[in-house]
Amino acid sequence: MAPQDPSLAPQLGGIAPTVVNVEPALVNMSPVQRIVDVCRAMSIWPMTFGLACCAIEMMAVGMARFDIARFGAEVFRPSPRQSDLMIVAGTVNRKMAPAVVRLYEQMPAPKWVMALGNCAISGGPFKCPGQYAVVEGVDTLIPVDIYVPGCPPRPEALLEGLFQLQHKISGRRWWPVAKGAPVGKAEVA
Amino acid sequence: MSMTISLADPLVRLVLALVGIFAFVALNGLVLVYVERKVAGFCQRRPGPLHVGPQGLLQPLVDALKLVGKQLLTPAKGDRILFWAAPLLAFLPVALCFLPLPFDASLKAIEINLGLVLILAFSGVNVIALCLAGWGSGNKWGILGAARAVAQSVAYEVPLLLSVLAVAFMSGSLDLFVITESQGAWPWQWYAMKNPLAFLIFIICAVAETNRAPFDLPEAESELTAGFHTEYSGMGFGLFFLAEYANMIVVSGVAAALFLGGYQGPVASGIWWFLAKLYAVLLLIIWLRWTYPRVRFDQLLNLSWKRLTPVALLVLAGTAVAVRLGG
Repeated sequence: MAPQDPSLAPQLGGIAPTVVNVEPALVNMSPVQRIVDVCRAMSIWPMTFGLACCAIEMMAVGMARFDIARFGAEVFRPSPRQSDLMIVAGTVNRKMAPAVVRLYEQMPAPKWVMALGNCAISGGPFKCPGQYAVVEGVDTLIPVDIYVPGCPPRPEALLEGLFQLQHKISGRRWWPVAKGAPVGKAEVA
Repeated sequence: MSMTISLADPLVRLVLALVGIFAFVALNGLVLVYVERKVAGFCQRRPGPLHVGPQGLLQPLVDALKLVGKQLLTPAKGDRILFWAAPLLAFLPVALCFLPLPFDASLKAIEINLGLVLILAFSGVNVIALCLAGWGSGNKWGILGAARAVAQSVAYEVPLLLSVLAVAFMSGSLDLFVITESQGAWPWQWYAMKNPLAFLIFIICAVAETNRAPFDLPEAESELTAGFHTEYSGMGFGLFFLAEYANMIVVSGVAAALFLGGYQGPVASGIWWFLAKLYAVLLLIIWLRWTYPRVRFDQLLNLSWKRLTPVALLVLAGTAVAVRLGG
């Protein structure tokens, strides 16, 4: 994650930065942890949240042809309190940036972020010298787990992003890889 | 000083019944989540949950475990006690509503000749829970959702009561067992066939009372984010979900007992007939949800006060006259 740009931090009264203290476990819970991890990977509820044209592909992925419901991720929750995955689908403007950060902070842990499309990854076609409106990559605002390139990415790419996220959460690739597909290995935390 | 525990003791039977009811509700919650998502898929020409377990059967279990493992947040501006009392309050009265349901001729938790009144009284408690949830959240969407829930509940309880009263007139009793017994085993002996208008009004009001689409105004996501449960994460939200499904089971059970002959069937009367009728009504409610778009709030209230209530009054008057003339 790139260092946070202070000019983009949320303003107006200010949200205190999240302080996360993780204490070491008293008992070895790794088998339980593994089961919980698999459950989390198989039940990723995304937030109903679209910023630009990539959101159209995000809608397509819930429809009959691609059907993200097959992998248990069709429960698009309107409230950030009930969602696990933030799909940043589209261009993040500087004006939108505080809202994106606030939504991310409103989600309860554990939470993940997917940058969908070139705009969310790096500013995409709007990245040029002298531009003043577009945030060049949502990872300057919030930590991103999965990057899905494309302009916009096809729904299959979004599905593959979901699989990579499941790999990242549970440490295992669950679904077969298409022959000859240039699929990189997910970085397992 | 020895205490004998026997099935004849009403307390023992009550405890057994409560344990059974909670197991039944939790199991049905899992099944209904799966059925709902599968039916949603089939209504939209897609398979629905498919790959998590055989045919996606493990999906609700996985979802439940995930919800348990999710961080719980209490909003800083909210009322902490009310906020956490609300999900429990939404879930607990549902258990009471199950007590007088006639699952089978001999399967009863309590002897009560006012079972119908008990169900109607305690199903009204649910709306207080929604109200507390909205208020305790300290969230504008929550309060708007709670206000809608109260207005909707008041509006639809009136025609619901009137349609139930018509059945009480016909059977001459408020005991769900007596009402079931006063119908026959065959469909043309059921009150749904003898008084189809009352049945129609009951089903519409039941869908509205359980806050299901097309009447899910308290949680209308296009307007109110998630309505009264906007601020609930993890199992707080899970309990509201479970309570909604439990309420659906209760109204379907009441519909089966009042209008569809309960546990009586043409062959081999028993609990399986009751369950089959209960699930048929549940499937109808789920089917309605994925077929009709959400109504507007003024349409919702107009439907109740200007159409359903007068029609229900007429049905009640007609039923009274028919019962009087028929002996």
